[in-house]
Amino acid sequence: MNLQEYFSLVFSDYTLRTITLGTAILGAVTGMLGSFAVLRKQSLLGDAISHAALPGIALAFLITGAKDTNTLLIGALVSGLIGTFWIRGIVTKTHLKSDTALGLILSLFFGFGMLLLTFIQKQPNANQAGLDKYLFGQAATLVESDVWLMAIITGICLLVMLLFWKEFKLLLFDPDYTKTLGFNTKFIDVLITSFIVLAIVLGLQTVGVVLMSAMLLAPAAAARQWTNSLGKMVFLASIFGAFSGVFGTAISASQDNLSTGPVIVIVASVFVVFSFVFSPGRGLLFRQIRFIKNRRDLEFQKTLAFMYHIAETHEDISHPHTIKILNNFQGFTRKTLQKLVDKNYVTLDGTMWSLTEEGFETAANLYNQNIKKHE
Amino acid sequence: MNTKKNAHSKDENRNSLSADMADAGAIAVKVDDLTVAYNYKPVLWDIDLEIPEGVLMAIVGPNGAGKSTLIKAILGILKPIAGSVTIYGKPYHKQRSHVAYVPQKGSVDWDFPTVALDVVMMGTYGSLGWIKRPGVKEKKAALEALEKVGMLPFKDRQISQLSGGQQQRIFLARALVQDASIYFMDEPFQGVDATTEIAIINILKELRKAGKTVVVVHHDLQTVPEYFDWVTFLNVKKIATGPVKDIFNDDNLTKTYGINYKVSVQK
Repeated sequence: MNLQEYFSLVFSDYTLRTITLGTAILGAVTGMLGSFAVLRKQSLLGDAISHAALPGIALAFLITGAKDTNTLLIGALVSGLIGTFWIRGIVTKTHLKSDTALGLILSLFFGFGMLLLTFIQKQPNANQAGLDKYLFGQAATLVESDVWLMAIITGICLLVMLLFWKEFKLLLFDPDYTKTLGFNTKFIDVLITSFIVLAIVLGLQTVGVVLMSAMLLAPAAAARQWTNSLGKMVFLASIFGAFSGVFGTAISASQDNLSTGPVIVIVASVFVVFSFVFSPGRGLLFRQIRFIKNRRDLEFQKTLAFMYHIAETHEDISHPHTIKILNNFQGFTRKTLQKLVDKNYVTLDGTMWSLTEEGFETAANLYNQNIKKHE
Repeated sequence: MNTKKNAHSKDENRNSLSADMADAGAIAVKVDDLTVAYNYKPVLWDIDLEIPEGVLMAIVGPNGAGKSTLIKAILGILKPIAGSVTIYGKPYHKQRSHVAYVPQKGSVDWDFPTVALDVVMMGTYGSLGWIKRPGVKEKKAALEALEKVGMLPFKDRQISQLSGGQQQRIFLARALVQDASIYFMDEPFQGVDATTEIAIINILKELRKAGKTVVVVHHDLQTVPEYFDWVTFLNVKKIATGPVKDIFNDDNLTKTYGINYKVSVQK
């Protein structure tokens, strides 16, 4: 199947439609919540939460003996929440910084989870195979009920976000001030964090423990490049996330044997790279262009000012001087000289240059302006 | 102790609350036995402090003296180990609407995706309460505050593209929108140029003229007598508090900065 076939089949084929819808919704909700995580400088929280969810999946299987997705995800949710609140506890109760707490919980829970997984694999239970798919996710296992669950949770998430938009924004920008205004910052914090945990758990089946945090960060990081408004950023991050889901699924479905989760993450990363380079305000490309342009303008002005100082000493401002004299001046290039000629500020005659009337006046004004600036 | 002196500064326009408190001698803020510690190390030790209504007060002291901590403890941002704080005789959480706060400029990330007007609007969030969105009235108040601090032309500017002094003015405008009786400001003059400093102090003096109480963490000892009428010397313990003309002297300065100055590099 190639990409074209995929897009013609996506509306009719049940499996494709389910997976595409699922990954799109997942991308949208993680992008939305990821914006909050990124702005709170909690980029690594997602990574810690998703890894912390693994022992929950294994324990849920050990306790129930069933491989039913919803049961396992509830296990993941519980252990993800426990991990998250331990991180909070470590940060508030000890001297440890949050990156240390995140790393500690991440490796502790993930290690325990892996231990349980290998233990389960040694069990003589035929049912045990396939739990390790939660490591990297397997979008193909998505069924309609999973997508419904995602849609409902995304809906609730959207509703809560719209309801508490003002409070969320305030807390993200200035937590101390939020407290003095009488808002219960702990409540808002727990609300945001719980939804982040929920979104991550939803994505474990599709993208998996290891790569889940990229779903949270990549769309948000990309969106931040394009806008200076929180609302637009959250909206754009959802769009980027959803598109990553759709394109990732399309590419993985059209190329046999490509696992969907990693492809989605790579597509999301492409959004990030593209945004970092090409966004008009903050992008590297335009910043570099502005830098070069400014430097050229400055060189141009400085050369003109240098010529002005020489011409000033003569009665006839258009008295010709040798070009060699300009070599004494750092920053002079042939290019700037050519530009001065093009602008009709300077005329060239062999190896000699002379300032025109126009050039002299421009330079004089330039000089006065600079003097004024310094005063 | 000096409450009578400030009784005259009342104006008719004041909220009902200060009328209630007129008998109590118009103490705006009262701090009793306040002790705050980070990790066992006391940052504030047994502070007793009365801030009379209508003063423009500087809190001075060396780095690590607990100046910001005192403000944060009064505002309930930090939990004290012991002691109590009352605002007009009642605990802070009942008097929030009468108190405004200007945090240190460096305490937030100015690269946050928002514009100046939006930040100033945040000052109205407290009176709006949960869920309710700011409307026309709130926007008008925010625009007026921006006008007052001379930042109206920058209202749609992304906040990271403002200079340090302009960011400080935005924070001040956000507090002005709160329309409080008591203003707490944490180093509002930090990293601002002379023009902004004059603009800010003029606004503070106007606030005092309107009968408001203004408490400012301040670093520049030179300007204390010029800017303020009340001063508190703080270095973990309270050294002295009172009118600038009575207590701003070498004796108190030495007590506050003298021997302890070198050991107090803690952040």
